[in-house]
Amino acid sequence: MADVTQLIHDYLRHNKKFPHVFCPGCGHGIVLGSLIRSVHALQLPKDDVVIVAGIGCSGRMAVYVDFNTVHTTHGRALTFATGIKMANPRLKVICVMGDGDALSIGGNHLIHAARRNIGITALVLNNMIYGMTGGQCSPATPQGNNTMTTPNGSLEQPFDTVELVSAAGANYVARGTSFHAQQLDRLITDAIQHPGFSVVEALSPCPTQYGRKNKFKGAVPMYEWLKKNTVKLENRKENDPRIPVGVFRNLDRPGLEERYADLKAQIRAKGQGR
Amino acid sequence: MANKKKGQTQVCVYPDWCKGCGICVAFCPSKVLELSALGKAEPVREEDCINCGFCELHCPDFAISIRPREIGAACPTFPSGPPSNGEAC
Repeated sequence: MADVTQLIHDYLRHNKKFPHVFCPGCGHGIVLGSLIRSVHALQLPKDDVVIVAGIGCSGRMAVYVDFNTVHTTHGRALTFATGIKMANPRLKVICVMGDGDALSIGGNHLIHAARRNIGITALVLNNMIYGMTGGQCSPATPQGNNTMTTPNGSLEQPFDTVELVSAAGANYVARGTSFHAQQLDRLITDAIQHPGFSVVEALSPCPTQYGRKNKFKGAVPMYEWLKKNTVKLENRKENDPRIPVGVFRNLDRPGLEERYADLKAQIRAKGQGR
Repeated sequence: MANKKKGQTQVCVYPDWCKGCGICVAFCPSKVLELSALGKAEPVREEDCINCGFCELHCPDFAISIRPREIGAACPTFPSGPPSNGEAC
């Protein structure tokens, strides 16, 4: 285990202000470490990786890593990523979004990116709340949970990211948590390698906004909650109320950029025949 | 990971990067770390470390480094040189 931290430090931009802005105990730091370890495990050169991030706590991740990075407008991370991937299909485009970014403001883009099946890896960091703007209720806040805007409990059903993107047509869909870091490493590594649209939902606790409003006494009880309330998909029995983690969908359909390259070649061949 | 013998490792915490969230303290299987009076993680029972790597993988601030123990070697205070006057964002 000797060089895990050293390896992460090799991929950080040390001219930025460290320690990073995430609150103490925020799971986003663990997911950032997982992402860096996955890119390192695949031996991708730093110049071939593009991190596109939206607005929110998770948007800060793009600032700290030494890849090609774009910090885009709210909810539109996937649209920028689509443009980058279509312009240069050689690049590995990783899109980092929060739950508000991916599911509400950019919900439209998420389902359509899944429908197009474009070769982007979307990493949805689900902390079940709008953390940066003061703890408003997000589309992933579980029913009955308190937030700043729903002080007596949220009345709405949350989105199930995994089912949403599976139904919309993504190739690879997985869910991990920031407590199960080694599993998350494997999921992100698989997702980056996979052709077509791949989504990894990473559950990441927010002790400052979500935990404070929902009777968690700090960061540690939230990680204990994650440990207790998640179950591997393979071991899950029917009617288990715990959250399943693992790979939900694994298809091998060609991505949009491959189909586009094929179409271009076909049309060019037709033109030469004339 | 192969070596599960105790006392083979040195636990280094970079105090400037640690935010004292307590994840490493709570989940360490052999209770190596404790929070100091300053609210930073501190290795107090370094000889009990079994080199499982949990703290290194789960430190959100990349502040813990587990390295093979060399007698008399001091922990570096900063991961890569002293801090520069970084840009704010």
